[in-house]
Amino acid sequence: MFRFRGFRDFDWVLLGFVMLLSLISVLEIRSATEMTKFHGFHQKQMIFLLIGIVVMFAISALDYHRLLDIAPWAYGVSIVSLLAVLVVGKKVLGARRWINLGGGAHFQPSEWVKLVLIIAMARYLWGRAGEGRDLSWSDVGKAFALVGIPMALVLKQPDLGTALTYLPVLVVGLFLGGMRLKQAGIVLLGLLVLGGVGLATGKRLKPYQQKRIDAFINPDTDPKGSGYQIRQSLIAVGSGGVWGKGMNKGTQTQGDFLPIPYTDFIFAAFCEEHGFVGAMGVLFLYFLILVRLVQNAQTAADPPGTLIVMGIAGIMLFQIAINIGMCVGLMPVTGIPLPLMSYGGSSVIYTFLALGIVMNIRMRRFVN
Amino acid sequence: MDTRHVERKEKLSAVKLHASQYIIAAVLLVLAVGLWRLQVLGASNYRVLAEQNRVRKVPVLAPRGKIFDREGRIIVDNYPSVSCYLLREQQKNLDADLPLIAAGLHLPIEQIEATLKRYAYAPKYQPLPLKQDITPDEQAFVEAHRNELPELETLDEQRRLYPRDGFAAHLIGYVGEVSENDLNSSKYAAYSPGDVVGKSGVEQAYDGVLRGVDGSRNVVVNSHGKEVGQLGQELATPGQDIHLTIDLDIQKAVEKQLEGRVGGIVVMDPHNGEILAMASRPTFDPNQFLHLSKAYWSSIVNDEDHPMMNKTIQAQLAPGSTFKIIMSMAGLQEGVAETLQVNCTGGADFYGHYFKCDRHHGGVNINNAIPLSCDTFFYTLANKLGIDTMAKYATSVGISQRTGIDLPEEASGVMPSTAWKLKTQHDKWYAGETISVGIGQGAIEATPLQLARALSGIASGGVLRRPHVVLPEGIPPEQLSAVQSTFSGSGDKTVPLTAANWQTITDAMAQTTIMGTAAASHMEGIDFIGKTGTAQVMSHDALARSGGGHKTVPNSWFVGMAPRRNPDIVVAVLWQNGDQGANSAKLAANIIDTFVTKQRKAAGNLHIAETPQVDEADKSKMVTAAASSPTGQ
Repeated sequence: MFRFRGFRDFDWVLLGFVMLLSLISVLEIRSATEMTKFHGFHQKQMIFLLIGIVVMFAISALDYHRLLDIAPWAYGVSIVSLLAVLVVGKKVLGARRWINLGGGAHFQPSEWVKLVLIIAMARYLWGRAGEGRDLSWSDVGKAFALVGIPMALVLKQPDLGTALTYLPVLVVGLFLGGMRLKQAGIVLLGLLVLGGVGLATGKRLKPYQQKRIDAFINPDTDPKGSGYQIRQSLIAVGSGGVWGKGMNKGTQTQGDFLPIPYTDFIFAAFCEEHGFVGAMGVLFLYFLILVRLVQNAQTAADPPGTLIVMGIAGIMLFQIAINIGMCVGLMPVTGIPLPLMSYGGSSVIYTFLALGIVMNIRMRRFVN
Repeated sequence: MDTRHVERKEKLSAVKLHASQYIIAAVLLVLAVGLWRLQVLGASNYRVLAEQNRVRKVPVLAPRGKIFDREGRIIVDNYPSVSCYLLREQQKNLDADLPLIAAGLHLPIEQIEATLKRYAYAPKYQPLPLKQDITPDEQAFVEAHRNELPELETLDEQRRLYPRDGFAAHLIGYVGEVSENDLNSSKYAAYSPGDVVGKSGVEQAYDGVLRGVDGSRNVVVNSHGKEVGQLGQELATPGQDIHLTIDLDIQKAVEKQLEGRVGGIVVMDPHNGEILAMASRPTFDPNQFLHLSKAYWSSIVNDEDHPMMNKTIQAQLAPGSTFKIIMSMAGLQEGVAETLQVNCTGGADFYGHYFKCDRHHGGVNINNAIPLSCDTFFYTLANKLGIDTMAKYATSVGISQRTGIDLPEEASGVMPSTAWKLKTQHDKWYAGETISVGIGQGAIEATPLQLARALSGIASGGVLRRPHVVLPEGIPPEQLSAVQSTFSGSGDKTVPLTAANWQTITDAMAQTTIMGTAAASHMEGIDFIGKTGTAQVMSHDALARSGGGHKTVPNSWFVGMAPRRNPDIVVAVLWQNGDQGANSAKLAANIIDTFVTKQRKAAGNLHIAETPQVDEADKSKMVTAAASSPTGQ
């Protein structure tokens, strides 16, 4: 069986990179909220981080095969909880995403569903995927359904951003699972046709989504309306220049021009205050973390271990690309947090839970 | 599914895992390129945008220059005032706020809605003027509702305080917001919407001197427009004060003479063209133009006596017999009048038409024709001179020419001639038409200022000055020449007049107040000369048809001066429908009396003031000398 080698095999290097980035995040949250009524959020973020670290160590002690065993059950519970959100969820800003746990705490099931999906996908592909094997059409269809059902439920909330983060699980799974090129081509073509038909029959995006797309394409058409967020973000990032304006000195961040500079637009706030040099530093840290994850995937003891780590890496890369892409005007506004940077308990604890699983897999990489 | 049967050696594709590292690098590289584009290539551009975001220029309005009289007495002052503006960018729900705003500012809702409608197409960032000159109560209302009504903003301004009751209103003019039309013309290139500009009178003519340069404060604002700091400021340069040539004492006398009458009086120093007083009736109250009410405005535009018109420079009317002085000059210079002897039998026939004189003057020559104002004499003279000779002389002394006074909208008047008739009516001049022009009737039109300048010019031996209302001292030369080129006219000039002819005309004018038409206005001890004019406002036939009425009464003119040669003062009086010119002569006499009395008093005071001062100075000098050299003896 697998041998537990203790915390000597824990990935301390990865944890070092993660903690460095978390420190940067806390400092930037402090800077971005200092002059606002959200003052003190950096302290809350530190508490989230502490909880996250505890959760990470806890989950790493548990054999990930136990998680694979309970995956079908967890998947079922996830679907039920997503349905529950739609029925009894708390409506915030026009969307039902939260379940009130009482005592001021809220629970956003869609975040955790990501993890369940990663594990469920790994479990599903185990035995079907591997060197020299190809996925059958039926496998591809079932994989689509596995991700498609929760995605549809989250879209219904509506939360396009989170729903999109489920996609990398499917893409990574099919890519590593051995989907054939021909299959991929046909699926893509099918999706394009479906999208075209959907657009033609008037089943379009919600008005706020359409506005965000319009604003993304041309932010200057309505500088006080939909384009406002993108425009202010571009000004924040651009005016930071090479060296940045300095900690607490970003005029866009401190003057409240940049929208929500401690969550979705924290990277823009960071770029304004720390410039191109600082931004490159953060990107490099992300690169190190992601590559380290891939290395852990490579050394995993079995295919589901690899699939889980790669799923986690895939979601992280996806969120980085969407969020930073949004801050620099390469992507429309979607409301996806930047992992390890954005303020928020759900996001922090999910990330550390995921890292805990990665550690778990790493510590069990040597087969008996 | 049982997971335990799966073979453990099984691995996923190593190539794909390896490749995923390159995918990660590629994605991050794209993001890095995006950052490079913004932060390195676009930095300077975005830095400008960031500054525009947070720094807002708030205008600091320059106070307008004050206006003083020639002796430094204030005529137009400023007073601090607060205006309320609407910032449409800051509104949350303006329609819902309207009742509260209306109640707080004491404005009807309809008026706010009208303002909004009027500026519907103006850019959103432009503040809309809601109410000017708000009361402390209303200001407190705005301050107290900063949170509920963030769209309201107050701005300190300096407002004009004009003399009451329309005193010198035509001369001073008034200010108002620059109009859309003005903004489109090149003259107003330096102005922006909402700027206050002079709309008439000195306020308009010297706007460039009076207005100063607005400053600005660069304030730091947050995204809600709330001021959170100040970066720096550009101080406003106040407008320059102006000293008028007006003497308030004379101006008061002039205003008093016009009380209850329609017309205009202008008083000038013929030596240099300085206007000592200028008034027109009916008048208007420039202070009312600040909060112009519909009722007040309609009362002005519906007044058939045209309160907005400065009659001294804009009323173009037949000068009547005052023109006979110009006729005399023409006749004498042409060598026709000196020997002309006419027997007045109450009129004479010319070209088959009988021209009436008001009396049987009997034998008249140039010396008594002027004081008696004998029409028959001047009919005859006109017939001998011909219209074009008359026009040559009249034009030379400025009839049908703008004088070039530094006030807007000066009228030029009309001097008929054969060329003039051909041009305006495409018809030839008939010799019969010349006769009426000889007594200042017919097509001829002149303004009071033109007559004052022409007649005083003749009394000054042919030296005519450019009239002006502002003392040039202290005004930048480039501004002064700009004003002069804007208001061009015949300006300073000298017309030929022999000494003998000069003497003849001035002596004859002196007789006017002794034995002539204005004998009733004779003043003992003052060399007061002049010429009356009683100008028909319609022909005798038309008068008979109309059956009388106030508006058919002749216009009463008088141009008076003192002393007779090289006069120190000239007064031109136009009293519309004032009947005999002698009536106006009385008004002029009162003004000249005020002037002379003031001059004499000043001379006396000067004499009294000097003596003790000298004594005091000498005494102190002696004391000092004694104290400093006690041992010198």
